[in-house]
Amino acid sequence: MEFQLLIEQFLNGLQFGTMLFLMSAGLTLVFGVMGLINLAHGSFYMIGAFGAALFAEITGSFFIGLISSFIVAMFAGVITEILVIRKLYKKDHLDQVLATFALILIFSEGIRWLFGAYPLYLNIPAELNASVSLPLEIIYSKYRLLIIAIGILIAFFLYILTSKTLLGIRIKAGQNDRGMISVLGVNIKTLYTIVFALGAALAGLSGALIGAIQSVEVGMGEPVLILAFVVIIIGGIGSIKGAFVGALLVGVTDTLGRFLLPELFKLFFDNADANLIGSSIASMSIYILMAIVLIFKPSGLFGERSA
Amino acid sequence: MMKYIISIIAILGLFINSVFAGGHKKIKVGMITTLSGGGSGLGIDVRDGFLLAVKGDKHFEVIVKDDQRKPDIAVQIADKMIQSDKVDVLTGIIWSNLAMAVVPAAVKQGKFYLSPNAGPSKLAGKGCHKNYFNVAWQNDNLHEAAGGYGNAAGYKNSFILAPNYPAGKDALTGYKRFFKGKIEKELYTKLGQKDYAAEIAQIRSSKADSIFFFLPGGMGISFMKQLSQSGINLPVIGPAFSFDQGILKAVGDAALGVKNTSQWSKDLDNKANKKFVQDFQKEYGRLPSLYASQGYDTGKLLISALNVADVKDQDKFRSALKNANFESTRGSFKFDTNQHPIQDIYVREVIKEGKILTNKIISTGLKNRSNAYVKDCPLK
Repeated sequence: MEFQLLIEQFLNGLQFGTMLFLMSAGLTLVFGVMGLINLAHGSFYMIGAFGAALFAEITGSFFIGLISSFIVAMFAGVITEILVIRKLYKKDHLDQVLATFALILIFSEGIRWLFGAYPLYLNIPAELNASVSLPLEIIYSKYRLLIIAIGILIAFFLYILTSKTLLGIRIKAGQNDRGMISVLGVNIKTLYTIVFALGAALAGLSGALIGAIQSVEVGMGEPVLILAFVVIIIGGIGSIKGAFVGALLVGVTDTLGRFLLPELFKLFFDNADANLIGSSIASMSIYILMAIVLIFKPSGLFGERSA
Repeated sequence: MMKYIISIIAILGLFINSVFAGGHKKIKVGMITTLSGGGSGLGIDVRDGFLLAVKGDKHFEVIVKDDQRKPDIAVQIADKMIQSDKVDVLTGIIWSNLAMAVVPAAVKQGKFYLSPNAGPSKLAGKGCHKNYFNVAWQNDNLHEAAGGYGNAAGYKNSFILAPNYPAGKDALTGYKRFFKGKIEKELYTKLGQKDYAAEIAQIRSSKADSIFFFLPGGMGISFMKQLSQSGINLPVIGPAFSFDQGILKAVGDAALGVKNTSQWSKDLDNKANKKFVQDFQKEYGRLPSLYASQGYDTGKLLISALNVADVKDQDKFRSALKNANFESTRGSFKFDTNQHPIQDIYVREVIKEGKILTNKIISTGLKNRSNAYVKDCPLK
């Protein structure tokens, strides 16, 4: 097995991880700050992708599509928060799960009603549709490198936001003691709307970035949502740092597992069996990772609350 | 007293109604198909094709229900259709795993099942049944034709991949059954996987001269886009599912020039097909897909059988179905003894007509192809 291939797969894992981070950041903030389980988070991923496809087709520019994915998902987030989510904060988790599950169905069928049942077209612009040569004779897709860069930039931005700004301090305070922060005169309602909308917007952006290399279709968000939940459980609920580390761990484990496990099993079985067993175990790898983390750190790697 | 009179009238009414119905050839069709969520495009096309075929035919009563692509829901709907709606014929299922959950029980209860899409090998061989007809294809067929095309095109070394589930394994088996070259590597991916960077990196570092893949729905869109973005220039061949009308728009120019195998194509030159393509566009305002043609043929087959026999006379109706005396959109159409089609399978190429991506036939991949499981089926 060549060294270049291994590095390329590692980069693939990194790219997958940074995208997962964009999804999980919102999820972990909403869960951590508001104590809300939001199953409809995947719908914002889908809404972002459809928004990007729509505006990219109208304007002919992929970048306008990207920006509009952020804005469209943010608007969807604000509206959803005000109309539905706001009423759920004081309810228990079962009510939240039921209500946000209903939102998934409403969003999915709504999108299908608007755009039809077949996937939409969204492709990356020609100037990014190329490969670049990295040191050590590694060739890698420009677009995927861009995704990694965007992911890391946003992670950095979120880190600054949560640890160095007033908004971040308020978010953290809200996480610790909701009652106290509202007594101190912070408008907790607006704060929640901002956090929720930010999470939705990041999900929408990642939906658009990924939609361009995968497919823009109804129901695209839910598989990613499951992974995002795995990420925030591994990273520790409510922690941005945890979401970042967890997302990279999941991304790299999944990608390298898919590639290395069949090779590993070839040492013991013949080719066809090794492929089957290897790929079956590879699809379990991240859940095994989650189980191992939970054994040693029951509240996740950076979790503050005990489970 | 009044109550008695009313109930007597009601009973009489029922009686008259049933006598009246018995005098006409009525048929009640239960269609279970996928109308919501991912993959709903396929079910919607089958439904639209079928309804177009029986449009205006007063003998038909069609009940359509959404299975949400879930086997348990499909089974529930089938039970209800059989027990309380008392349908004569079931049809509509898209996915093989759903078909395996519904079909054996339905035909055992004396209902006809006409498959407009799924053709799992288990229902073609030992598990065949006199009341089960497949109007589309046996699952392996299109992949076999792809293997055949691989030989004709002179491929020596193929990289092949499919999702890790029964139809995926059938696909790779089908390709290998006909392809005579070497298999560079055989990969099973996760069902529903959307990122193929890891697989594409392996293709790049392999010595393959061609790629065969079976990745239905969104999986195929993702794979084709990522393959073209990776700059790999190997020829690609696959079954029509990833290159059919509904999906081509989403793949975009990445699909141009790709060869794919299908038993139907929009440009097939026969009267029934021309009428179908024209009527479908008029009715729904879009180009028909392969699934729509399969739904349409299923409807036309039922009409042809109903012209000969009443559906309540099962033996006569069955042999009328078996004769398949209808004008298929595929031209020639016959059933083999296991009641799966014998048909030509074509190789198509993705082209651009104006701004619209579509397919045109470039050759016939397999002539009068039946399937590999006929000999295991006890039906004569």
